[in-house]
Amino acid sequence: MVEAGGKALKQCYQCGLCTGTCPWNLVRNFPTRKLIHQSQLGIADFETEDTWICATCRACVARCPRGVAIIDIMKALRGVIVGMGAGYVPAGLRVTLKNIAGTGNPLGESPEKRIDWTKDLGIRPFTKDTEVLYFSCCIPAYDPNIKRVAKATATLLTKAGVNFGILGTRESCCGESVRKAGNESLFQTLAQSNITAFAESGVTKIVVSSPHCYHTFRNEYPELGGSFEVVHFTQYLGELIREERLKPTKELNLKVTYHDPCYLGRHNSVYDEPRQVLRSIPGLDLVEMAEYRENSLCCGGGGSRIWQETKKGERLSDLRLDQAVATGASVLTTACPYCMLNFEDSILTSNRSDTIKLKEISELVLEAL
Amino acid sequence: MHENTFRKTVAAAGLNPYLLEMANLREHCSWVHGDGKEAATTKAIDLIRMAVAKVARHEKLFPKQVSVTKRALVIGGGISGIQAALDMANASYKVVLVEREPTIGGRMAQLDKTFPTLDCSSCILTPKMVDVAQHPNITLLTSAEVKEVKGFVGNFEVSILQKARKVDHTKCTGCGICWQKCPEKAPSEFDMGLGKRPAVYIPFPQAVPPKPVIDTASCRYHKYLRFVEEKQEGKAPPQCRICEKLCPVGAIDWEQKDEIVTEKFGAIVVATGYKAFDPTIYTELGYGRHPDVITGLELERMMSASGPASGDVTRPSNGEHPKDVVFLTCVGSRDEQRGRTYCSKVCCMYIAKHAIILKEHYPDVQCYVFYMDVRAVSKDYEEFYKRAQESGAIYIRGKVSGIRQEEGRLVVRGEDTLLGEMVEIPADMVVLAIGMEHSPGSAELAQALKVSYDVNELFIEAHPKLRPVETMSDGVFVAGACVGPRDIPESVATGSAAAAKVAALFSQDFLTTDPMVAVIDQMKCGGCLLCTKVCPFKAIDTQVLRDGRTVAVVNESLCKGCGLCVAACRFGASNLRGFTQQQLLAEVTSLWQ
Repeated sequence: MVEAGGKALKQCYQCGLCTGTCPWNLVRNFPTRKLIHQSQLGIADFETEDTWICATCRACVARCPRGVAIIDIMKALRGVIVGMGAGYVPAGLRVTLKNIAGTGNPLGESPEKRIDWTKDLGIRPFTKDTEVLYFSCCIPAYDPNIKRVAKATATLLTKAGVNFGILGTRESCCGESVRKAGNESLFQTLAQSNITAFAESGVTKIVVSSPHCYHTFRNEYPELGGSFEVVHFTQYLGELIREERLKPTKELNLKVTYHDPCYLGRHNSVYDEPRQVLRSIPGLDLVEMAEYRENSLCCGGGGSRIWQETKKGERLSDLRLDQAVATGASVLTTACPYCMLNFEDSILTSNRSDTIKLKEISELVLEAL
Repeated sequence: MHENTFRKTVAAAGLNPYLLEMANLREHCSWVHGDGKEAATTKAIDLIRMAVAKVARHEKLFPKQVSVTKRALVIGGGISGIQAALDMANASYKVVLVEREPTIGGRMAQLDKTFPTLDCSSCILTPKMVDVAQHPNITLLTSAEVKEVKGFVGNFEVSILQKARKVDHTKCTGCGICWQKCPEKAPSEFDMGLGKRPAVYIPFPQAVPPKPVIDTASCRYHKYLRFVEEKQEGKAPPQCRICEKLCPVGAIDWEQKDEIVTEKFGAIVVATGYKAFDPTIYTELGYGRHPDVITGLELERMMSASGPASGDVTRPSNGEHPKDVVFLTCVGSRDEQRGRTYCSKVCCMYIAKHAIILKEHYPDVQCYVFYMDVRAVSKDYEEFYKRAQESGAIYIRGKVSGIRQEEGRLVVRGEDTLLGEMVEIPADMVVLAIGMEHSPGSAELAQALKVSYDVNELFIEAHPKLRPVETMSDGVFVAGACVGPRDIPESVATGSAAAAKVAALFSQDFLTTDPMVAVIDQMKCGGCLLCTKVCPFKAIDTQVLRDGRTVAVVNESLCKGCGLCVAACRFGASNLRGFTQQQLLAEVTSLWQ
């Protein structure tokens, strides 16, 4: 644990900025600073739920005046528990990790079904002559509500005449949440499986839907020997629109607010491209929420939280939805499958589907063509 | 350090002191090899053998003498520069004080009261400012900047840019009619933008010199001139020129241009001070977005009886007196993410001062202070902190994570780290204790002076403990907050200390220069002049010989003996006295003989 926090862990001066910055403390008690102090002293409570709370949104790391790698400490704490095989692990997470280990996807679906979403879209498998690999992420591939995201993105790529393909059954979960859940060996297996599949198929450039895949492929795979050009679809759409291969010309006349996914924004500093894509749509009025860009409020789905049950009343996506509704926007848009899952749920459970619609950026661009 | 002692001993024995060679066994051997005694002994023997080989080839060296211009330049007219200038002038030396702004006084002039005594800042500062203006030994150049520095200790040649003021100060009597009647107003820099000043102005009533300058950016006549020059479309703005019409002595000079004056000095004191940190990058604190979030320096201007609010502290949003005031420490200090790692030293104390004064002026005010550590390290500071607590200020340990606006008030949110609980404090006003950072242009000035500066663009002293006001550039001294965050007592003390160093320098009629410098053999020099390019001290000049050849010549007063030219010279013409090629070769060959 002490090692994971880096040299900076010793330098923490216990100012509590992490606790105050942590969005969980808007809905429940999460003593970030105290956990850091316990780590400094080398003591930890393995039975507490607190270990599993952090959504790795990076808000605290971005502000920590002493540069402590707080996420890495949380990851290491979880790693100790997973490694020992003792201590408290949330039930939902246990099941998901088992699913991923067995089937390569968190939903426990068979790998053959991974290409079901491509039906009727005429999407080709990736071959030696394909330029770009589109990696949809497991959620848009399997989840019945979110499949529309993969479909929209793939349709846009087709319309722009991009020479792209998918690896289908050879794709596994990127492993981002697995690593954050402390299961390093499973992460290594997943990463090696993907790296081998990419390398053997001759992949050089990958367009991803999920900021989590983006982060893992771009920042974590290179250390395992997998170096590919990784582009988030919002960046790629921006490029296609600039090159006029995609021309959003239809007026949408919508008031839209954009939610910055943590792994796109704070983790990888991609703030402008999604907004540029949205602004290129005629008639679209882009409004910002109370907290945006670097200060964006996490949906609560990162760091393996998406696989854990969060009690009603403690869901960050509900708070974020309040912020979105407060802007007066009729559409909430974002660019992350986890955020999509959480907001779908929040809109449903708060009965606000008449007030605000959830649309991914690809869907909006597709509507404007 | 000890080499000098031994040289003196050698000289006392009747020998040339430069015939000494030291095998430095303590620092180069025993201290660094504490864990390997036998190997260290072998190394010590080698070191001695090398020293013997070298000393056999030593030559007698004789220092040269150069004259001293007994006239000092002070850069920066804040309290530290003022103190240095006055002390040197009182020691009967001529001083030129250069200040970038139209008045001297610096940041201290902006402060309301000073800690821990609660003296009125301008009441104790302005008499010193007037002393500067009236001192027969001090020449004051305001609206002026140092541009170029040539020469060496005792003999600097400095180019100073005198910026156009558009007012002839030799004619101006400072009657004030122009600034009273000027119809154009601009935000006052001195009042941190809280008040306005005319386009022809003195920054504040006690400004020294008490004569105005014209700000051409806001002046109506200059707007007209720019309109004509740039051939803009539409109706031309009025020509105005009211100041010119009203000035009883004809001091308005539209033709006045920037001028460069070059003067000689024997020593330079740098006292360029600090700039207050701009807290806009702390987006979560909402400075610039929430009007009632202000900086400590803005509160100073509000509190000042001669300030834009006449000392009445009100909320910028609605003009009402605040009831709950929250102070945030370490804004722009001790924070790696925002690029300022150091402690700004003065913030803990100025917050305590604000809390005490606010409570005195408005007994129903409740002050809260968010802090990480309270640093009260000088004389009477701890007692002052206690006084703030006694006045009713509540200290909460934690760093604030966000400020939001709610129903016309601010809500300050952070962890009370001692309770281990989140707290939210509703506030009418939030004061950010902004830290200090280098004054703009510090790096350029340091380069011109050949003084080192750190990653924060703060000047580096020759030794942090034993030579705190000297620099590695002989004859250049540093005082005040340009070295690092300093409060008023320290700024005054270092100003006086720098003056004492200059006085000691000026007490000599001649300076002896170190003879262990480079020398270029003109017979061998091929005239490629690579050495002039590599020399970090610009100590190599060129000379045309009678046979028409151009060769390099070392200016022995500027040369620091670094040896770069020796390494660069492809003809082997450059040699360092005391470290000649022959000596170094002898040292190395002694190792295997």
